[in-house]
Amino acid sequence: MSTLSAAPPALRATNLTVSYNDVRALDGVGVSVETGSICGLVGVNGSGKSTLFKALMGLLVPAAGTVELYGRTSREARQRGLVAYVPQAEDVDWDFPVSVADVVGMGRYGLMGPSRRASAVDRAAVDAALERVGLAGLRRRQIGELSGGQRKRAFVARSIAQDAKLLLLDEPFAGVDRSSEATLTVLLKELRDEGRSVLMSTHDLAGVSQLCDSAVLLHNRVLARGRPSDVLTPSNLALAFGGALEIREP
Amino acid sequence: MDLLNWLTEPLQYGFLTRALIVTVAAAVVSAVLSCWLILMGWSLMGDAVSHAVLPGVALAYIVGIPFSIGAFVFGAGAVALIGVVRSTTKLKPDTVIGVVFTALFAAGLAIVSSTPSQIDLLHILFGNVLGVTDGELWQVLILGAVTLAVVLFKRRDLTLLAFDRTHAHVIGLNTKFLSALLLGLLALSVVVGLQAVGIILVVAMLITPGATAFLLTRSFDRMLVLAVGITVAASLAGIYASYYLDISTGAAVVLAQSLVFTVVYLVARPNGVLWQRLRVRRSRRRSPSAHVGDAPAGAVS
Ligand SMILES: Nc1ncnc2c1ncn2[C@@H]1O[C@H](COP(=O)(O)OP(=O)(O)OP(=O)(O)O)[C@@H](O)[C@H]1O
Ligand SMILES: [Mg+2]
Repeated sequence: MSTLSAAPPALRATNLTVSYNDVRALDGVGVSVETGSICGLVGVNGSGKSTLFKALMGLLVPAAGTVELYGRTSREARQRGLVAYVPQAEDVDWDFPVSVADVVGMGRYGLMGPSRRASAVDRAAVDAALERVGLAGLRRRQIGELSGGQRKRAFVARSIAQDAKLLLLDEPFAGVDRSSEATLTVLLKELRDEGRSVLMSTHDLAGVSQLCDSAVLLHNRVLARGRPSDVLTPSNLALAFGGALEIREP
Repeated sequence: MDLLNWLTEPLQYGFLTRALIVTVAAAVVSAVLSCWLILMGWSLMGDAVSHAVLPGVALAYIVGIPFSIGAFVFGAGAVALIGVVRSTTKLKPDTVIGVVFTALFAAGLAIVSSTPSQIDLLHILFGNVLGVTDGELWQVLILGAVTLAVVLFKRRDLTLLAFDRTHAHVIGLNTKFLSALLLGLLALSVVVGLQAVGIILVVAMLITPGATAFLLTRSFDRMLVLAVGITVAASLAGIYASYYLDISTGAAVVLAQSLVFTVVYLVARPNGVLWQRLRVRRSRRRSPSAHVGDAPAGAVS
């Protein structure tokens, strides 16, 4: 028991500060995600959710603050294939000539030789990941020929093929209908129950309380964090969303 | 056999055989590269690099070293310069590219014009594939083979870079190195291609085959094969057209590629413009609004 509690969390960021020129996108942000849990990152457009992901992945260098993933630096964690990222839909070129299976196969590249030639093990991992997210029948489709929910599942399958321990998902429920959302929710819970950890940004407040073990309310700085029911209180939400918000009932 | 005669007649001339080899080799290398360049959104970069090599070619002639060394140094230098200016200002990429390559091109023209007797500017600008020497032929073949080998070995990483740079970074690949590699390969293929069609038109060989193939398929591997097939056919057609119609070889090759692009643009299924028109017509004829005449459904009220 004591060894378990001594293990570092999946993600611990402290005092992260990021500015774009004169816009301060993150101001002293601290976030942590326990191993085997799902953390929801809630905030309005422009509150710094994507920026936080970029800082966690080492895509931009914060002016201050630290990032630790499973007790390692972000760079070490990346090189060990511990981290996977599911991009916001707007950031993907959906006309790119790759198939669903190609995309999932890219999850294996960190484990392959320099020419990224797939071995039998790699192919089996891709098949298993596709099977798991229910896209085995669509594996030959070009990636843009999927629905919004299927696209998300394809990218989650890529993280599964990679066998990543920490999944970073930027707006996984945007542009996804109710039934796909339910499928994705079940999938993420399964991944958590396997001991993987998830940080996902979302606008869907109802989804947060259903799915997440913890939540962070972001507005360029952390307004509240903790259990979803403690974080998503009307007064906190008014702070974060400036009152102009309708809570979607489940 | 008349056709056989027609095909073999030009090959009696050594210079035409060499031209054929150089053109096809350069076209294949460029076509392969073009598949990644158009997906990266780097077509303009090809234009920039090809213009920027002019001072390098001119200086190489003056100093008496192989032209490819001068061209490569300046091509890679231009890429580096563009990278530096881009990362230290807020200018848009196309602006930076425009400033850098016109400056280098002008420098090249100045060098050429100050030493008029030594260098044939027209040959550099528009290619001189009919006058290729054995030495130049070997430069093209060796550089082409190296470029092809590297690009095919690293093709999956390059595709990942073009598709999802963030994922490449997150799984620990060195995306800066991969970008630099692709730019270096671009510079090499410009060096190879300018021998065939010259500085001005080499960019066509670096864009059109990939663009044509992109219209035909949604699989990257098939795109590569199609781009190469299209470019080989167009190069052969161009060389023969240039021989029998007595037109500039570089121009004939690029025109042949453009012709293929045009045909594909119009008729390729399912995205060809003609098919789309036809489908719109058919669905209109089938839809009930056809009874009201030709007016679109919304215009009835
Ligand atoms: N590349 C950039 N250059 C300058 N400012 C930026 C850049 N990217 C983001 N910003 C600014 O930083 C702030 C945070 O942006 P960010 O994209 O992280 O928000 P977000 O929470 O992900 O928003 P959304 O819900 O719209 O995705 C915003 O004010 C935005 O305008
Ligand atoms: Mg965002």
